[in-house]
Amino acid sequence: MTGMDPGDGTGWRDDVFRVLKAHGVRHVAYVPDAGHSAAIRAAEADPEIQAVVLTTEEEGLGYLAGAWLGGEKGALLLQSSGVGNCINTLALQACARFPLLMVVTMRGDWAEFNAWQNPMGQATEAALRLMGVLTWRADAPEDVAPLLHGAATMAFNGDAACALLLGQRLIGEKQWVK
Amino acid sequence: MGEVNAGGALDRRAVVARLLADRADLLVVTGLGSPSYDVMAAGDHDGNYYLWAAMGSAATVGLGLAKAQPGRPVLVVTGDGEMLMGLGALATLAVQNPPNLSIAVLDNGHYGETGMQLSHAGRGLALDRVAAACGFGWTAAIDDMAGVDALRARVAARAGLSFARIGVRAENPPRVLPPRDGVHVKNRFRAALGFQPI
Repeated sequence: MTGMDPGDGTGWRDDVFRVLKAHGVRHVAYVPDAGHSAAIRAAEADPEIQAVVLTTEEEGLGYLAGAWLGGEKGALLLQSSGVGNCINTLALQACARFPLLMVVTMRGDWAEFNAWQNPMGQATEAALRLMGVLTWRADAPEDVAPLLHGAATMAFNGDAACALLLGQRLIGEKQWVK
Repeated sequence: MGEVNAGGALDRRAVVARLLADRADLLVVTGLGSPSYDVMAAGDHDGNYYLWAAMGSAATVGLGLAKAQPGRPVLVVTGDGEMLMGLGALATLAVQNPPNLSIAVLDNGHYGETGMQLSHAGRGLALDRVAAACGFGWTAAIDDMAGVDALRARVAARAGLSFARIGVRAENPPRVLPPRDGVHVKNRFRAALGFQPI
């Protein structure tokens, strides 16, 4: 399926990093996730990009606020479970109107094998909205680039917190038995 | 472990005033609570960013700033409780290892803002040893003003990623409140670096 595209330069997985670069992103903070592997690999390999691995997702909110204070744009790559870790820290973006661009790979969303992912996955979009984050959702490969472009535009031109959710059906069903 | 090790003997306002004296091109990020009041008491400055929430984020805000402004020294001034809420950030900072970033933890061993309850640091946790274990190339436990002077010189020289635990008395001097308008302080800070509002 298209969603399993490993990142060969043509699919949505490569669109993520391409769109971030086109918007002048210089910092990519992330907690690893298989769905973000192509963007993480590209960020780590790009000498113009500061790639920052985090121990927990809310570190990225502080980091990107600091980078913006210093005049530079960034993005946070995380999984839906990590959105839960960010909730209180989002006060920083809400009160100081720091631009924030989050790209969230969904779990507990479609064909989830591990039901322990379901509570946060089902609450992810509502939780973000409760904290004032604007959200969009991509379930088809061709929607990723335009929706990420839209989110980046509104984050960096509107001092807004914006999140693009990448649906689990887009990413592909995790194979648990080999 | 017990209260015998809580905090230290230094006056927090004197420590911060010394750290920020003749600050030149220094950029400062403060953790919420008393460290923000201490930095404000030393004099408001366009190069200060005061946090009022997002507890545990002072070190990572400093990291992002230091990476975006490698030519400027960046000093994070925070407390032991705030640092404890973001301990994982010490690992993230050490991996990035920016030479222009320093963390100064004013360790009074207590949560001063909420009624002086003992913190983990006050119960014996040595935060400088945590930073060392995470990979900081330079850490110090500072108990006198000569140590503060040495830290100040190191910060200004951008001599390498640094972590200092500074032992201060468990007391709350009169509050000196920094501005609470986060948008104003953000735009003021960026303007001082030459960046305009959107």
